[in-house]
Amino acid sequence: MSDYDIINTRAVRVDASDKVRGLALYVDDMKMPGMLYGALLQSPLAHAEIVGIDTSAALRLPGVKAVVTSKDAGLVKFGVSPARYDETVFCHDRVRHVGDNIAAVAAIDLDTAMEAVSLIKVEYRELPAVFTVEEAMAEGAPVLHEAYPRNVTAQVHDEFGDVEAAFAQCDLIKTGSLVNKRQDAAFIEPQGCIASFDFSGNLILYSSTQVPHYLQRIVAMVLGLPVGKVRVIKPYVGGGFGPKAATNHMELAACLLSMKSGKPVKMNFDRRQVFMHGRSRHQFFHTMTTGVKKDGTIMALKHECYLNGGAYSSFGIATVYYAGSLLGGPYKLPAMKYDGYRVFTNLPACGAQRGHGGVIARACWEQQLDMIADELGMDPIELRLKNMMTAGDMTCNYLDMSSLGMKECVEAVRDRSGWESKKGKLPPGKGIGMSCGFFVSGAGYPIYRSDTYHGTVIIKLTEDGGTALVYTASAEIGQGSDTAFAMIAAEAIGIPMECVRLESGDTDFGMDLGAYSSRQTLMTGLATKEAGEDIKRQVLEVLSEELHVPVEDMDIKKGLVVFKKETPDISGLRTRYIKEHRGWTDNPSLEEPLSFKEASRMAFLARGSIVGTGKYKPPVLGGGHKGAAVGTSPAYGCSAQVVELSVDEGTGKINIEKMTDAHDCGLAINRTSVESQMIGSLSMGLGEALYEEVKFDDKGRVLNDDLAEYKIPRALDMPDVDPVIIESNEPNGPFGAKEVGEGAIMPAIPAILNAVYDAIGVRVFELPLKPERVYMAIKEYKLKKEKER
Amino acid sequence: MKKLIRVTVNDVRYEVAVKPNQTLVDMIRYDLGLTGTKNGCGEGDCGACTVILDGTPVNSCLVLAMQADGRTITTIEGVEGEKGLHPLQKAFIEKGAVQCGFCTPGMVLSAKSVLDENPAPSEEEIREGISGNLCRCTGYLQIIDAVKSVGK
Repeated sequence: MSDYDIINTRAVRVDASDKVRGLALYVDDMKMPGMLYGALLQSPLAHAEIVGIDTSAALRLPGVKAVVTSKDAGLVKFGVSPARYDETVFCHDRVRHVGDNIAAVAAIDLDTAMEAVSLIKVEYRELPAVFTVEEAMAEGAPVLHEAYPRNVTAQVHDEFGDVEAAFAQCDLIKTGSLVNKRQDAAFIEPQGCIASFDFSGNLILYSSTQVPHYLQRIVAMVLGLPVGKVRVIKPYVGGGFGPKAATNHMELAACLLSMKSGKPVKMNFDRRQVFMHGRSRHQFFHTMTTGVKKDGTIMALKHECYLNGGAYSSFGIATVYYAGSLLGGPYKLPAMKYDGYRVFTNLPACGAQRGHGGVIARACWEQQLDMIADELGMDPIELRLKNMMTAGDMTCNYLDMSSLGMKECVEAVRDRSGWESKKGKLPPGKGIGMSCGFFVSGAGYPIYRSDTYHGTVIIKLTEDGGTALVYTASAEIGQGSDTAFAMIAAEAIGIPMECVRLESGDTDFGMDLGAYSSRQTLMTGLATKEAGEDIKRQVLEVLSEELHVPVEDMDIKKGLVVFKKETPDISGLRTRYIKEHRGWTDNPSLEEPLSFKEASRMAFLARGSIVGTGKYKPPVLGGGHKGAAVGTSPAYGCSAQVVELSVDEGTGKINIEKMTDAHDCGLAINRTSVESQMIGSLSMGLGEALYEEVKFDDKGRVLNDDLAEYKIPRALDMPDVDPVIIESNEPNGPFGAKEVGEGAIMPAIPAILNAVYDAIGVRVFELPLKPERVYMAIKEYKLKKEKER
Repeated sequence: MKKLIRVTVNDVRYEVAVKPNQTLVDMIRYDLGLTGTKNGCGEGDCGACTVILDGTPVNSCLVLAMQADGRTITTIEGVEGEKGLHPLQKAFIEKGAVQCGFCTPGMVLSAKSVLDENPAPSEEEIREGISGNLCRCTGYLQIIDAVKSVGK
């Protein structure tokens, strides 16, 4: 299938056997001598002034070892983007949402810590609260953060090309909207951490984080510690999907409690707190106007979006940019205008979630493109293929399509789903719909402004030779990155997977920005490849000196040294190796080819420890406009999907029957992992399309803060999926690879929306597609039809 | 007041002093140190804490430790045999049914219960049998595939 020995196969995951045996350690599985347990005091009110905090009764409770408030934590502001640092560890003057953090306690056990929390007295003066975008932006509405009048935390106003001039040339101009509901990432492992501060002033923080590096920086900055004294270790993590990509207050509180008590402190969110912390997908209100010529050529898009952001910025400044910029591709779009507004409300903050910022925008536009195709009498696939970009194209907002297998994706799902025999030919109640999607392979710039490398990797050969130890600070959170990097290292060195051992997720191992923006395969992958090639070069250099064969005439493949020309006499070298291993039963016989194990032992004897290093940072990317950084990436993944479903017109219930999905990941490092990401993304998209919605009462409290009432797909809800891998060979990726983790969610929601229309003849512009919403849409549609008659 | 209970877990007999309000998952994880059993929600919604109690899969967060007195439990650590991994564990590895792994122990135990009951389950029976175990990573299909491959 390919020229590679390791990558592009279905190698089993390096962590799978520990995970199926129950041996893989997650943070709450860990325990330390003398460890204390922490608990948080969180606000019961959505908006209130703090008049006073009295911790004396909590401190008197036997078993309590430390109580911390803003007096201990200080008021250093942190967040995600330095331009919007607006959170402190604990509130000191005001709480801005239910669940805002006020104090924390460490005690000998969790029961005592929780009892102590209940003994802390807080006097509040309740303030009027705002929960919706309209309320928050209204004249005279309470302002959450003084620096942001009308509660607008970030706004974007971009125009590329001349939109009005382009509209003037259009034959059809269509305006429409889409609104979703706030979603929850619903990872199965709630956030947890253990902080351990020692008497030498070193702090180790074990956390269920997606981003050890950013966490290390924020902890050091907020607590006033040198970065070198803070070590973040990420054990196995039970899913993240975005909300674990930012420092949370509990992590900082645990550090403070450990510093104050001198003991390790463990803290966990319960499921209710996961919802109160939030940081998952925003609610977006999109309005779009698209202009096309009558042959279907897309000319311009005018787009306005409001985001209900919750009480703090978190990732929101990036979210509001992504919501606009990611519509630049994958279609040729000469002119695009975008006005985006992210608004503070007294709800838990929203942040990044799989497909950051782009998911609902994509759904809105792809439904609109379907409506346009319908009106022009074109097949939706024909419309899309007509406007498709190809490799080498640049979007109007300066995103460079260095590879783009979009056409191949569309053709694959069209042919494999039997689109042509089904579209327009299905009986009433049955529908077929399609959509495309598009996403970054890693953010082009770090979250804080810096020339830093985005990833560094170290590979060290064991001194006996034969095993390559790979050290990366990247974050395996379930997506399979450890396996991908072990495969890349093995391929780059030329050795079997069994000869690679990989450790990750520890800030002591180097620099890595972590698991977000679908960056690791490309970025950490390139650094791993470079480190592997460095190892190979060093080993071959020593061999070259020993055997007098030029380096370029040798290679390492499948764990053996390959001589491209004449095979030199290796007997001297082998004899030395065997002499070092007297008594060993696995020594090579004289006829066997020279192994990597022998060569790497020789390299150690000649040079000491053999350490290879690799690093990666993207080149300067994007245009010069404000916010140009958001949406830039060294490469873009893309996808297409066809959904087949049925709608029960009597109840409005949707049954998804089949999803055919194609994703261009450049090159699949691990084919099984790529399909896993595709199917997982579809399942999340299906849930968000059909039922996921975080609901609040009129006091800003989450009504469905559990996994019974916040419904995610179960095994019974998943349809048959046909995943198709498209490989366009990305020039900027390792061995041609780019993203799959997030982009694959993009087409799911719009493909479902378009299939629903095909089934019932009515468009729905509000998510989720709950039975009552679909039923009401059908009813209104029928009434309208009757009136027309 | 703690009370001493006797419980057999993975063929090992334990005597454990438990609190009246202590859950079984808490006892398994923190008293016995068998941390393969996960706690994802604490209220029986996610299934990550699934163990097999006297032959029946239960959410161990909804069972009090005291209710396990005199009973027999299998946790994920007890699924593999002396000859190595259980066929289900092998199938989960081979079919790519594992991602973050947090739901995996509970999922394996629910799947095992399905197969213990009926060695040749239909796909619908497999889906039904693991429908109490939530997984956010995989979209379930590879898990269903893995169970199917072990069923006769």
